[in-house]
Amino acid sequence: MSAVSGFDVERIRKDFPVLTRELPGGRPLVYLDSGNSSQKPAQVVETMRDHLTWHYGNVGRALHVLGSESTVAYEEARDKIAAFVGAPSRDEIVFTKNASEALNLVAYAFGNPVGEDERFRMGPGDEIVISEMEHHSNIVPWQLLAQRTGATLRWFPVTDEGRLDVEGLEELVNERTKIVSIAHQSNVLGTVNSVSPILARAREVGALMMLDASQSVPHQAVDVAELGVDFVAFTGHKMVGPSGIGVLWGRRELLDAMPPFLGGGEMIEAVWMDHSTYAPVPHKFEAGTPPIVEAIGLGAAVDYLNAVGMDQIKAHEKELVAYALEALPEIPGLRIIGPRTPIARGGTISFTLEGIHPHDVGQILDDVYGIAVRVGHHCARPLHLRFGIPATTRASFYLYNTTAEIDALVRGLHHVQKVFG
Amino acid sequence: MYQELILEHYKHPQGRGLREPFDAEVHHVNPTCGDELTLRVKVADGGKVLDVSYDGQGCSISQAAASVLHELATGSTVDESLSVVEEFTRLMQGRGQVEPDEDVLGDAVAFAGVAKFPARVKCALLAWMAYKDALMRSQG
Repeated sequence: MSAVSGFDVERIRKDFPVLTRELPGGRPLVYLDSGNSSQKPAQVVETMRDHLTWHYGNVGRALHVLGSESTVAYEEARDKIAAFVGAPSRDEIVFTKNASEALNLVAYAFGNPVGEDERFRMGPGDEIVISEMEHHSNIVPWQLLAQRTGATLRWFPVTDEGRLDVEGLEELVNERTKIVSIAHQSNVLGTVNSVSPILARAREVGALMMLDASQSVPHQAVDVAELGVDFVAFTGHKMVGPSGIGVLWGRRELLDAMPPFLGGGEMIEAVWMDHSTYAPVPHKFEAGTPPIVEAIGLGAAVDYLNAVGMDQIKAHEKELVAYALEALPEIPGLRIIGPRTPIARGGTISFTLEGIHPHDVGQILDDVYGIAVRVGHHCARPLHLRFGIPATTRASFYLYNTTAEIDALVRGLHHVQKVFG
Repeated sequence: MYQELILEHYKHPQGRGLREPFDAEVHHVNPTCGDELTLRVKVADGGKVLDVSYDGQGCSISQAAASVLHELATGSTVDESLSVVEEFTRLMQGRGQVEPDEDVLGDAVAFAGVAKFPARVKCALLAWMAYKDALMRSQG
Protein backbone atom coordinates (compact mmCIF):
# COMPACT_ATOMS: atom_id res chain seq x y z
CA MET A 1 0.00 0.00 0.00
CA SER A 2 1.38 3.35 -1.00
CA ALA A 3 1.59 6.21 1.43
CA VAL A 4 0.10 8.52 -1.19
CA SER A 5 -3.35 9.29 0.17
CA GLY A 6 -6.21 7.57 -1.58
CA PHE A 7 -3.84 5.65 -3.84
CA ASP A 8 -4.17 1.91 -3.44
CA VAL A 9 -1.55 0.18 -5.54
CA GLU A 10 -2.93 -3.28 -4.72
CA ARG A 11 -6.31 -2.28 -6.11
CA ILE A 12 -4.65 -0.88 -9.23
CA ARG A 13 -2.67 -4.10 -9.73
CA LYS A 14 -5.96 -6.02 -9.93
CA ASP A 15 -6.76 -4.08 -13.11
CA PHE A 16 -3.65 -5.55 -14.77
CA PRO A 17 -4.17 -9.34 -14.91
CA VAL A 18 -0.68 -9.96 -16.33
CA LEU A 19 0.83 -8.80 -13.04
CA THR A 20 -0.54 -11.94 -11.36
CA ARG A 21 1.16 -14.16 -13.94
CA GLU A 22 3.47 -16.86 -12.82
CA LEU A 23 6.37 -17.40 -15.19
CA PRO A 24 7.75 -20.89 -15.96
CA GLY A 25 9.40 -22.29 -12.85
CA GLY A 26 6.92 -20.57 -10.55
CA ARG A 27 8.54 -17.14 -10.69
CA PRO A 28 6.13 -14.26 -10.11
CA LEU A 29 6.42 -11.54 -12.75
CA VAL A 30 8.14 -8.34 -11.58
CA TYR A 31 7.58 -5.89 -14.42
CA LEU A 32 10.07 -3.01 -14.28
CA ASP A 33 10.08 -2.16 -17.99
CA SER A 34 7.22 0.32 -18.39
CA GLY A 35 9.55 2.94 -19.86
CA ASN A 36 9.87 0.53 -22.75
CA SER A 37 6.17 -0.30 -22.93
CA SER A 38 3.52 -0.35 -20.22
CA GLN A 39 1.07 -3.12 -19.40
CA LYS A 40 -2.63 -2.65 -20.21
CA PRO A 41 -5.52 -2.62 -17.76
CA ALA A 42 -8.58 -4.81 -18.37
CA GLN A 43 -10.62 -1.63 -19.01
CA VAL A 44 -8.54 -0.81 -22.12
CA VAL A 45 -8.55 -4.39 -23.40
CA GLU A 46 -12.31 -4.66 -22.85
CA THR A 47 -13.07 -1.37 -24.63
CA MET A 48 -11.08 -2.51 -27.66
CA ARG A 49 -12.61 -5.97 -27.64
CA ASP A 50 -16.12 -4.52 -27.37
CA HIS A 51 -15.52 -2.14 -30.24
CA LEU A 52 -14.05 -4.82 -32.49
CA THR A 53 -16.83 -7.25 -31.62
CA TRP A 54 -19.90 -5.00 -31.90
CA HIS A 55 -19.20 -1.61 -33.48
CA TYR A 56 -16.37 -1.85 -35.98
CA GLY A 57 -16.52 -0.08 -39.33
CA ASN A 58 -14.21 2.28 -41.19
CA VAL A 59 -14.17 5.86 -39.96
CA GLY A 60 -15.02 9.10 -41.69
CA ARG A 61 -16.43 7.57 -44.87
CA ALA A 62 -18.92 4.77 -44.16
CA LEU A 63 -22.50 6.01 -43.86
CA HIS A 64 -23.96 2.92 -42.20
CA VAL A 65 -24.55 2.35 -38.49
CA LEU A 66 -21.25 0.61 -37.80
CA GLY A 67 -19.25 3.21 -39.71
CA SER A 68 -20.94 5.94 -37.80
CA GLU A 69 -20.42 4.22 -34.42
CA SER A 70 -16.74 3.75 -35.18
CA THR A 71 -16.38 7.35 -36.32
CA VAL A 72 -18.04 8.64 -33.18
CA ALA A 73 -15.85 6.47 -30.94
CA TYR A 74 -12.68 7.42 -32.85
CA GLU A 75 -13.45 11.14 -32.66
CA GLU A 76 -14.47 10.85 -29.00
CA ALA A 77 -11.04 9.39 -28.32
CA ARG A 78 -9.57 12.51 -29.90
CA ASP A 79 -11.68 14.66 -27.56
CA LYS A 80 -10.48 12.71 -24.53
CA ILE A 81 -6.84 13.00 -25.51
CA ALA A 82 -7.20 16.71 -26.29
CA ALA A 83 -8.64 17.28 -22.81
CA PHE A 84 -6.00 15.04 -21.22
CA VAL A 85 -3.12 17.19 -22.47
CA GLY A 86 -4.92 20.52 -22.29
CA ALA A 87 -5.04 21.11 -26.05
CA PRO A 88 -6.87 24.36 -26.79
CA SER A 89 -8.63 22.64 -29.72
CA ARG A 90 -9.48 19.01 -30.48
CA ASP A 91 -8.37 19.63 -34.07
CA GLU A 92 -4.83 20.03 -32.82
CA ILE A 93 -4.63 16.32 -31.94
CA VAL A 94 -3.22 14.34 -34.86
CA PHE A 95 -3.24 10.55 -34.59
CA THR A 96 -0.05 8.90 -35.79
CA LYS A 97 1.20 5.36 -35.37
CA ASN A 98 3.70 6.31 -32.66
CA ALA A 99 5.81 9.18 -31.33
CA SER A 100 8.47 8.53 -33.99
CA GLU A 101 5.94 9.21 -36.74
CA ALA A 102 4.83 12.39 -34.98
CA LEU A 103 8.44 13.61 -34.84
CA ASN A 104 9.04 12.69 -38.48
CA LEU A 105 5.83 14.43 -39.51
CA VAL A 106 7.10 17.72 -38.10
CA ALA A 107 10.62 17.21 -39.47
CA TYR A 108 9.21 16.67 -42.99
CA ALA A 109 7.36 19.99 -42.80
CA PHE A 110 10.69 21.83 -42.92
CA GLY A 111 12.48 22.58 -46.15
CA ASN A 112 9.57 21.01 -47.99
CA PRO A 113 8.82 22.58 -51.40
CA VAL A 114 5.10 21.75 -50.95
CA GLY A 115 4.96 24.23 -48.07
CA GLU A 116 5.36 27.94 -48.40
CA ASP A 117 5.39 29.19 -44.83
CA GLU A 118 8.51 31.12 -43.89
CA ARG A 119 8.80 29.42 -40.48
CA PHE A 120 9.31 26.05 -42.14
CA ARG A 121 11.73 27.16 -44.82
CA MET A 122 15.09 25.50 -44.29
CA GLY A 123 18.40 25.43 -46.11
CA PRO A 124 22.15 25.80 -45.65
CA GLY A 125 22.92 28.20 -42.81
CA ASP A 126 19.78 27.28 -40.85
CA GLU A 127 20.16 25.31 -37.64
CA ILE A 128 18.29 22.56 -35.83
CA VAL A 129 18.92 22.06 -32.10
CA ILE A 130 18.42 18.79 -30.21
CA SER A 131 20.24 17.32 -27.20
CA GLU A 132 22.67 14.56 -26.37
CA MET A 133 20.07 12.78 -24.20
CA GLU A 134 17.60 12.15 -27.01
CA HIS A 135 16.04 8.88 -28.01
CA HIS A 136 17.04 7.95 -31.57
CA SER A 137 13.54 8.96 -32.69
CA ASN A 138 14.34 12.57 -31.78
CA ILE A 139 17.78 12.41 -33.42
CA VAL A 140 17.52 10.57 -36.72
CA PRO A 141 14.55 12.52 -38.22
CA TRP A 142 16.55 15.73 -37.67
CA GLN A 143 19.73 14.22 -39.11
CA LEU A 144 17.75 13.29 -42.22
CA LEU A 145 16.28 16.80 -42.35
CA ALA A 146 19.77 18.30 -42.14
CA GLN A 147 20.91 16.00 -44.95
CA ARG A 148 17.96 16.92 -47.14
CA THR A 149 18.26 20.66 -46.68
CA GLY A 150 21.93 21.36 -45.92
CA ALA A 151 20.95 22.79 -42.53
CA THR A 152 23.22 22.21 -39.51
CA LEU A 153 22.31 19.91 -36.64
CA ARG A 154 23.46 21.05 -33.20
CA TRP A 155 22.80 19.80 -29.69
CA PHE A 156 22.84 20.57 -25.98
CA PRO A 157 25.45 18.56 -24.09
CA VAL A 158 24.60 16.61 -20.94
CA THR A 159 26.26 17.17 -17.55
CA ASP A 160 27.95 14.40 -15.54
CA GLU A 161 24.88 14.33 -13.31
CA GLY A 162 22.68 13.65 -16.32
CA ARG A 163 21.09 17.07 -16.64
CA LEU A 164 20.80 19.14 -19.77
CA ASP A 165 23.77 21.51 -19.95
CA VAL A 166 22.19 24.85 -20.87
CA GLU A 167 25.26 26.97 -20.20
CA GLY A 168 25.73 27.63 -23.91
CA LEU A 169 22.01 28.27 -24.52
CA GLU A 170 22.45 31.81 -25.89
CA GLU A 171 25.00 30.70 -28.48
CA LEU A 172 23.41 27.35 -29.28
CA VAL A 173 19.92 28.71 -29.89
CA ASN A 174 20.45 31.76 -32.07
CA GLU A 175 19.03 33.70 -35.01
CA ARG A 176 19.86 30.83 -37.35
CA THR A 177 17.86 28.30 -35.30
CA LYS A 178 14.59 27.20 -36.89
CA ILE A 179 13.54 24.47 -34.46
CA VAL A 180 14.55 23.16 -31.05
CA SER A 181 13.38 19.61 -30.25
CA ILE A 182 14.20 17.97 -26.94
CA ALA A 183 12.90 15.28 -24.63
CA HIS A 184 10.54 16.41 -21.90
CA GLN A 185 11.79 13.47 -19.84
CA SER A 186 14.80 11.31 -20.69
CA ASN A 187 14.08 7.63 -21.32
CA VAL A 188 17.48 6.68 -19.88
CA LEU A 189 18.36 9.22 -17.19
CA GLY A 190 14.85 9.90 -15.94
CA THR A 191 15.72 13.60 -16.04
CA VAL A 192 12.76 15.93 -16.48
CA ASN A 193 13.99 18.91 -18.46
CA SER A 194 13.09 22.44 -17.59
CA VAL A 195 11.37 23.75 -20.71
CA SER A 196 10.81 27.44 -19.97
CA PRO A 197 14.36 28.86 -20.22
CA ILE A 198 14.92 27.10 -23.55
CA LEU A 199 11.50 28.11 -24.84
CA ALA A 200 12.11 31.73 -23.82
CA ARG A 201 15.33 31.74 -25.83
CA ALA A 202 13.63 30.04 -28.81
CA ARG A 203 10.94 32.72 -28.79
CA GLU A 204 13.59 35.45 -28.60
CA VAL A 205 15.18 34.23 -31.82
CA GLY A 206 11.94 33.21 -33.55
CA ALA A 207 12.57 29.46 -33.50
CA LEU A 208 9.86 26.83 -33.05
CA MET A 209 10.04 24.32 -30.21
CA MET A 210 8.99 20.68 -30.02
CA LEU A 211 8.94 18.28 -27.08
CA ASP A 212 9.28 14.53 -27.22
CA ALA A 213 6.92 13.83 -24.33
CA SER A 214 6.80 10.04 -24.75
CA GLN A 215 8.21 9.57 -21.26
CA SER A 216 6.38 12.43 -19.51
CA VAL A 217 2.75 12.29 -20.63
CA PRO A 218 2.28 8.78 -19.12
CA HIS A 219 3.67 9.84 -15.75
CA GLN A 220 2.62 13.39 -14.93
CA ALA A 221 -0.12 15.85 -15.82
CA VAL A 222 1.07 17.57 -19.00
CA ASP A 223 -0.70 20.69 -20.22
CA VAL A 224 0.48 21.69 -23.66
CA ALA A 225 -0.96 25.20 -23.43
CA GLU A 226 0.78 25.75 -20.11
CA LEU A 227 4.07 24.42 -21.51
CA GLY A 228 3.75 26.95 -24.30
CA VAL A 229 5.75 25.00 -26.90
CA ASP A 230 4.68 24.49 -30.52
CA PHE A 231 4.63 20.71 -30.91
CA VAL A 232 4.41 17.75 -28.54
CA ALA A 233 4.79 14.09 -29.50
CA PHE A 234 3.82 11.09 -27.39
CA THR A 235 2.78 7.48 -27.79
CA GLY A 236 -0.08 5.29 -26.58
CA HIS A 237 1.68 2.11 -25.58
CA LYS A 238 3.70 3.71 -22.78
CA MET A 239 0.55 5.12 -21.13
CA VAL A 240 -1.43 1.89 -20.57
CA GLY A 241 -2.82 2.15 -24.11
CA PRO A 242 -2.19 -0.12 -27.08
CA SER A 243 0.74 0.01 -29.48
CA GLY A 244 0.20 1.34 -33.00
CA ILE A 245 -1.19 4.69 -31.90
CA GLY A 246 0.72 7.88 -31.23
CA VAL A 247 -0.17 11.54 -31.00
CA LEU A 248 1.14 14.77 -32.38
CA TRP A 249 -0.19 17.90 -30.77
CA GLY A 250 0.61 21.11 -32.64
CA ARG A 251 -0.58 24.69 -32.62
CA ARG A 252 -3.49 25.01 -35.00
CA GLU A 253 -2.01 27.83 -37.06
CA LEU A 254 1.23 25.88 -37.51
CA LEU A 255 -0.52 22.66 -38.47
CA ASP A 256 -2.55 24.70 -40.97
CA ALA A 257 0.63 26.16 -42.44
CA MET A 258 2.42 22.83 -42.75
CA PRO A 259 2.36 20.69 -45.89
CA PRO A 260 0.75 17.23 -45.65
CA PHE A 261 3.03 14.37 -44.59
CA LEU A 262 1.60 11.17 -46.08
CA GLY A 263 -0.77 11.40 -49.01
CA GLY A 264 -3.79 9.15 -49.46
CA GLY A 265 -7.43 8.62 -48.61
CA GLU A 266 -9.17 10.84 -46.08
CA MET A 267 -6.48 13.53 -46.10
CA ILE A 268 -7.92 15.27 -49.16
CA GLU A 269 -10.60 17.80 -49.89
CA ALA A 270 -10.72 17.23 -53.65
CA VAL A 271 -8.48 15.38 -56.10
CA TRP A 272 -7.89 16.01 -59.80
CA MET A 273 -5.49 14.00 -61.92
CA ASP A 274 -2.78 16.64 -61.67
CA HIS A 275 -3.28 18.14 -58.21
CA SER A 276 -5.23 17.97 -54.94
CA THR A 277 -6.51 20.16 -52.19
CA TYR A 278 -6.32 18.94 -48.64
CA ALA A 279 -8.71 18.31 -45.76
CA PRO A 280 -8.54 20.62 -42.75
CA VAL A 281 -6.46 19.51 -39.78
CA PRO A 282 -6.24 17.03 -38.16
CA HIS A 283 -7.41 14.94 -41.14
CA LYS A 284 -4.81 16.51 -43.45
CA PHE A 285 -2.25 14.45 -41.52
CA GLU A 286 -4.23 11.22 -41.23
CA ALA A 287 -3.90 9.57 -44.61
CA GLY A 288 -5.44 6.15 -45.09
CA THR A 289 -7.47 4.07 -42.68
CA PRO A 290 -6.11 5.03 -39.26
CA PRO A 291 -5.49 2.69 -36.31
CA ILE A 292 -9.17 2.97 -35.30
CA VAL A 293 -9.40 0.51 -32.44
CA GLU A 294 -6.01 1.59 -31.15
CA ALA A 295 -7.17 5.22 -30.96
CA ILE A 296 -10.30 4.12 -29.12
CA GLY A 297 -8.11 2.04 -26.80
CA LEU A 298 -5.97 5.08 -26.11
CA GLY A 299 -9.14 7.01 -25.25
CA ALA A 300 -9.95 4.28 -22.72
CA ALA A 301 -6.38 4.49 -21.38
CA VAL A 302 -6.82 8.21 -20.81
CA ASP A 303 -10.11 7.53 -18.98
CA TYR A 304 -8.28 5.02 -16.81
CA LEU A 305 -5.39 7.37 -15.99
CA ASN A 306 -7.84 10.20 -15.23
CA ALA A 307 -9.82 7.96 -12.87
CA VAL A 308 -6.66 7.12 -10.93
CA GLY A 309 -5.42 10.71 -11.11
CA MET A 310 -2.21 11.87 -12.79
CA ASP A 311 -1.08 13.74 -9.67
CA GLN A 312 -1.52 10.56 -7.63
CA ILE A 313 0.45 8.58 -10.20
CA LYS A 314 3.24 11.13 -10.16
CA ALA A 315 3.37 11.10 -6.34
CA HIS A 316 3.41 7.30 -6.23
CA GLU A 317 6.24 7.11 -8.74
CA LYS A 318 8.17 9.75 -6.85
CA GLU A 319 7.96 7.54 -3.77
CA LEU A 320 9.17 4.54 -5.75
CA VAL A 321 12.09 6.37 -7.29
CA ALA A 322 13.13 7.89 -3.95
CA TYR A 323 13.04 4.39 -2.45
CA ALA A 324 15.07 2.93 -5.31
CA LEU A 325 17.61 5.76 -5.21
CA GLU A 326 18.20 4.89 -1.54
CA ALA A 327 18.33 1.13 -2.03
CA LEU A 328 20.31 0.70 -5.26
CA PRO A 329 23.53 2.56 -4.34
CA GLU A 330 23.99 0.16 -1.41
CA ILE A 331 24.96 -2.47 -3.94
CA PRO A 332 28.75 -2.37 -4.30
CA GLY A 333 29.95 -1.35 -7.76
CA LEU A 334 26.56 0.00 -8.84
CA ARG A 335 26.73 3.33 -10.66
CA ILE A 336 23.57 5.26 -11.42
CA ILE A 337 23.63 7.06 -14.78
CA GLY A 338 21.41 10.08 -14.16
CA PRO A 339 20.27 12.24 -11.26
CA ARG A 340 20.74 10.62 -7.86
CA THR A 341 18.08 12.70 -6.14
CA PRO A 342 14.34 12.35 -6.73
CA ILE A 343 14.09 15.97 -7.85
CA ALA A 344 13.08 16.87 -11.41
CA ARG A 345 13.35 13.25 -12.44
CA GLY A 346 10.90 10.49 -13.17
CA GLY A 347 10.76 6.82 -12.22
CA THR A 348 13.39 5.56 -14.64
CA ILE A 349 16.77 4.49 -13.27
CA SER A 350 19.63 3.30 -15.45
CA PHE A 351 22.78 1.89 -13.94
CA THR A 352 25.90 -0.17 -14.49
CA LEU A 353 27.29 -2.95 -12.29
CA GLU A 354 31.06 -2.97 -12.26
CA GLY A 355 32.54 -5.78 -14.32
CA ILE A 356 29.19 -7.26 -15.40
CA HIS A 357 27.64 -6.65 -18.78
CA PRO A 358 24.00 -5.45 -18.68
CA HIS A 359 22.93 -8.37 -20.87
CA ASP A 360 24.14 -10.75 -18.20
CA VAL A 361 22.40 -8.68 -15.52
CA GLY A 362 19.11 -8.68 -17.41
CA GLN A 363 19.30 -12.38 -18.24
CA ILE A 364 19.89 -13.49 -14.64
CA LEU A 365 17.20 -11.14 -13.29
CA ASP A 366 14.73 -12.65 -15.75
CA ASP A 367 15.83 -16.30 -15.52
CA VAL A 368 16.05 -16.50 -11.75
CA TYR A 369 13.63 -13.88 -10.44
CA GLY A 370 11.18 -13.11 -13.26
CA ILE A 371 12.28 -9.48 -13.13
CA ALA A 372 11.81 -7.70 -16.46
CA VAL A 373 14.21 -4.80 -16.97
CA ARG A 374 15.64 -3.38 -20.17
CA VAL A 375 19.29 -3.77 -21.04
CA GLY A 376 21.27 -2.15 -23.84
CA HIS A 377 21.48 1.44 -25.01
CA HIS A 378 17.71 2.00 -24.92
CA CYS A 379 17.72 3.69 -28.35
CA ALA A 380 19.95 6.42 -26.93
CA ARG A 381 23.39 5.41 -28.12
CA PRO A 382 24.91 8.93 -28.20
CA LEU A 383 24.02 9.37 -24.52
CA HIS A 384 25.80 6.11 -23.65
CA LEU A 385 28.83 7.19 -25.68
CA ARG A 386 28.84 10.45 -23.70
CA PHE A 387 29.12 8.45 -20.48
CA GLY A 388 31.70 6.13 -22.03
CA ILE A 389 29.66 2.96 -21.60
CA PRO A 390 28.25 0.57 -24.18
CA ALA A 391 25.04 -0.22 -22.32
CA THR A 392 23.11 0.07 -19.08
CA THR A 393 20.49 -1.85 -17.16
CA ARG A 394 17.29 0.15 -16.78
CA ALA A 395 14.47 -0.25 -14.28
CA SER A 396 11.43 1.89 -15.01
CA PHE A 397 8.41 2.21 -12.75
CA TYR A 398 4.74 2.93 -13.26
CA LEU A 399 1.54 3.25 -11.28
CA TYR A 400 1.30 -0.50 -10.64
CA ASN A 401 4.80 -1.02 -9.21
CA THR A 402 5.56 -1.48 -5.52
CA THR A 403 8.50 -1.00 -3.18
CA ALA A 404 8.47 -4.80 -2.69
CA GLU A 405 9.35 -5.10 -6.39
CA ILE A 406 12.30 -2.77 -5.86
CA ASP A 407 13.37 -4.99 -2.96
CA ALA A 408 13.19 -7.95 -5.36
CA LEU A 409 15.38 -6.06 -7.83
CA VAL A 410 17.98 -5.36 -5.15
CA ARG A 411 18.00 -9.04 -4.11
CA GLY A 412 18.29 -10.04 -7.76
CA LEU A 413 21.26 -7.73 -8.31
CA HIS A 414 23.06 -9.19 -5.29
CA HIS A 415 22.53 -12.61 -6.80
CA VAL A 416 23.86 -11.44 -10.19
CA GLN A 417 27.03 -10.35 -8.44
CA LYS A 418 27.33 -13.73 -6.77
CA VAL A 419 27.06 -15.55 -10.12
CA PHE A 420 29.67 -13.41 -11.84
CA GLY A 421 31.79 -12.53 -8.81
CA MET B 1 22.01 -20.90 -20.00
CA TYR B 2 24.86 -19.95 -17.68
CA GLN B 3 26.55 -23.34 -17.58
CA GLU B 4 29.42 -23.66 -15.13
CA LEU B 5 31.78 -24.05 -18.06
CA ILE B 6 30.68 -20.74 -19.56
CA LEU B 7 31.14 -18.90 -16.26
CA GLU B 8 34.52 -20.57 -15.82
CA HIS B 9 35.72 -19.39 -19.21
CA TYR B 10 34.31 -15.91 -18.56
CA LYS B 11 36.11 -15.58 -15.24
CA HIS B 12 39.31 -17.24 -16.47
CA PRO B 13 39.56 -16.58 -20.20
CA GLN B 14 42.01 -18.82 -22.06
CA GLY B 15 44.48 -17.31 -24.51
CA ARG B 16 43.23 -13.77 -24.09
CA GLY B 17 45.44 -10.93 -25.32
CA LEU B 18 46.65 -10.05 -28.81
CA ARG B 19 49.88 -11.77 -29.82
CA GLU B 20 52.46 -11.71 -32.59
CA PRO B 21 53.09 -13.07 -35.10
CA PHE B 22 49.78 -13.17 -36.94
CA ASP B 23 48.58 -13.51 -40.54
CA ALA B 24 45.29 -11.62 -40.22
CA GLU B 25 43.51 -9.41 -37.72
CA VAL B 26 39.78 -8.61 -37.67
CA HIS B 27 37.57 -6.43 -35.52
CA HIS B 28 33.94 -7.45 -35.10
CA VAL B 29 31.19 -5.67 -33.16
CA ASN B 30 27.69 -6.49 -32.12
CA PRO B 31 25.92 -3.16 -32.61
CA THR B 32 22.88 -3.98 -30.51
CA CYS B 33 24.79 -4.57 -27.28
CA GLY B 34 28.21 -3.07 -27.89
CA ASP B 35 30.15 -6.34 -27.68
CA GLU B 36 33.51 -5.92 -29.39
CA LEU B 37 36.24 -8.32 -30.35
CA THR B 38 39.61 -8.01 -32.06
CA LEU B 39 40.96 -11.37 -33.15
CA ARG B 40 44.18 -12.55 -34.80
CA VAL B 41 45.11 -15.87 -36.38
CA LYS B 42 48.48 -17.43 -37.19
CA VAL B 43 48.41 -20.40 -39.55
CA ALA B 44 51.39 -22.63 -40.50
CA ASP B 45 52.08 -23.60 -44.10
CA GLY B 46 50.56 -27.05 -43.59
CA GLY B 47 47.25 -25.52 -42.48
CA LYS B 48 47.84 -25.96 -38.79
CA VAL B 49 46.38 -23.18 -36.62
CA LEU B 50 49.30 -22.03 -34.49
CA ASP B 51 47.52 -19.33 -32.53
CA VAL B 52 44.17 -17.60 -32.10
CA SER B 53 44.60 -14.50 -29.97
CA TYR B 54 41.93 -11.98 -29.09
CA ASP B 55 40.91 -9.06 -26.95
CA GLY B 56 37.55 -7.45 -26.43
CA GLN B 57 34.77 -6.46 -24.15
CA GLY B 58 31.22 -7.60 -23.73
CA CYS B 59 28.87 -9.95 -21.98
CA SER B 60 29.87 -13.27 -20.45
CA ILE B 61 28.51 -15.24 -23.41
CA SER B 62 30.54 -13.36 -26.01
CA GLN B 63 33.74 -13.43 -23.97
CA ALA B 64 33.44 -17.07 -22.91
CA ALA B 65 32.71 -18.07 -26.52
CA ALA B 66 36.00 -16.45 -27.58
CA SER B 67 37.86 -18.34 -24.86
CA VAL B 68 36.36 -21.71 -25.87
CA LEU B 69 37.11 -20.97 -29.52
CA HIS B 70 40.75 -20.32 -28.66
CA GLU B 71 41.02 -23.68 -26.94
CA LEU B 72 39.32 -25.61 -29.71
CA ALA B 73 40.99 -23.97 -32.69
CA THR B 74 44.57 -23.57 -31.53
CA GLY B 75 46.53 -26.67 -32.48
CA SER B 76 43.90 -28.03 -34.85
CA THR B 77 43.89 -27.50 -38.61
CA VAL B 78 42.03 -24.88 -40.61
CA ASP B 79 39.70 -27.53 -42.03
CA GLU B 80 38.99 -29.19 -38.69
CA SER B 81 38.31 -25.91 -36.97
CA LEU B 82 36.04 -24.71 -39.77
CA SER B 83 33.91 -27.81 -39.37
CA VAL B 84 33.58 -26.96 -35.66
CA VAL B 85 32.57 -23.42 -36.61
CA GLU B 86 29.98 -24.85 -38.96
CA GLU B 87 28.52 -27.16 -36.32
CA PHE B 88 28.55 -24.38 -33.72
CA THR B 89 26.74 -22.02 -36.11
CA ARG B 90 24.17 -24.73 -36.90
CA LEU B 91 23.57 -25.24 -33.18
CA MET B 92 23.27 -21.52 -32.45
CA GLN B 93 20.87 -20.87 -35.30
CA GLY B 94 18.74 -23.91 -34.46
CA ARG B 95 16.39 -22.11 -32.03
CA GLY B 96 17.08 -24.81 -29.45
CA GLN B 97 15.73 -27.54 -31.77
CA VAL B 98 19.11 -28.84 -32.96
CA GLU B 99 20.74 -31.85 -31.29
CA PRO B 100 24.40 -30.84 -30.91
CA ASP B 101 27.17 -33.16 -32.06
CA GLU B 102 29.27 -33.33 -28.92
CA ASP B 103 32.14 -35.14 -30.65
CA VAL B 104 32.62 -32.20 -32.99
CA LEU B 105 31.87 -29.42 -30.53
CA GLY B 106 33.70 -30.51 -27.40
CA ASP B 107 33.37 -27.82 -24.70
CA ALA B 108 31.41 -25.59 -27.06
CA VAL B 109 28.40 -27.82 -26.45
CA ALA B 110 27.90 -25.88 -23.22
CA PHE B 111 26.45 -23.04 -25.32
CA ALA B 112 23.51 -25.19 -26.49
CA GLY B 113 21.20 -23.38 -24.06
CA VAL B 114 22.01 -20.00 -25.60
CA ALA B 115 20.28 -21.04 -28.83
CA LYS B 116 16.93 -20.69 -27.05
CA PHE B 117 17.54 -16.96 -26.53
CA PRO B 118 17.50 -15.28 -29.96
CA ALA B 119 18.84 -12.03 -28.51
CA ARG B 120 21.95 -13.78 -27.23
CA VAL B 121 22.83 -15.92 -30.25
CA LYS B 122 24.76 -13.00 -31.77
CA CYS B 123 26.82 -12.78 -28.59
CA ALA B 124 27.84 -16.44 -28.79
CA LEU B 125 28.65 -16.23 -32.50
CA LEU B 126 30.70 -13.03 -32.38
CA ALA B 127 34.12 -14.64 -31.87
CA TRP B 128 33.34 -17.58 -34.15
CA MET B 129 32.33 -15.35 -37.05
CA ALA B 130 35.39 -13.20 -36.45
CA TYR B 131 37.56 -16.33 -36.56
CA LYS B 132 36.05 -17.49 -39.84
CA ASP B 133 36.57 -14.01 -41.29
CA ALA B 134 40.19 -13.92 -40.08
CA LEU B 135 40.93 -17.33 -41.61
CA MET B 136 39.53 -16.24 -44.96
CA ARG B 137 41.71 -13.15 -44.91
CA SER B 138 44.79 -15.13 -43.91
CA GLN B 139 44.23 -17.51 -46.83
CA GLY B 140 43.31 -14.66 -49.15
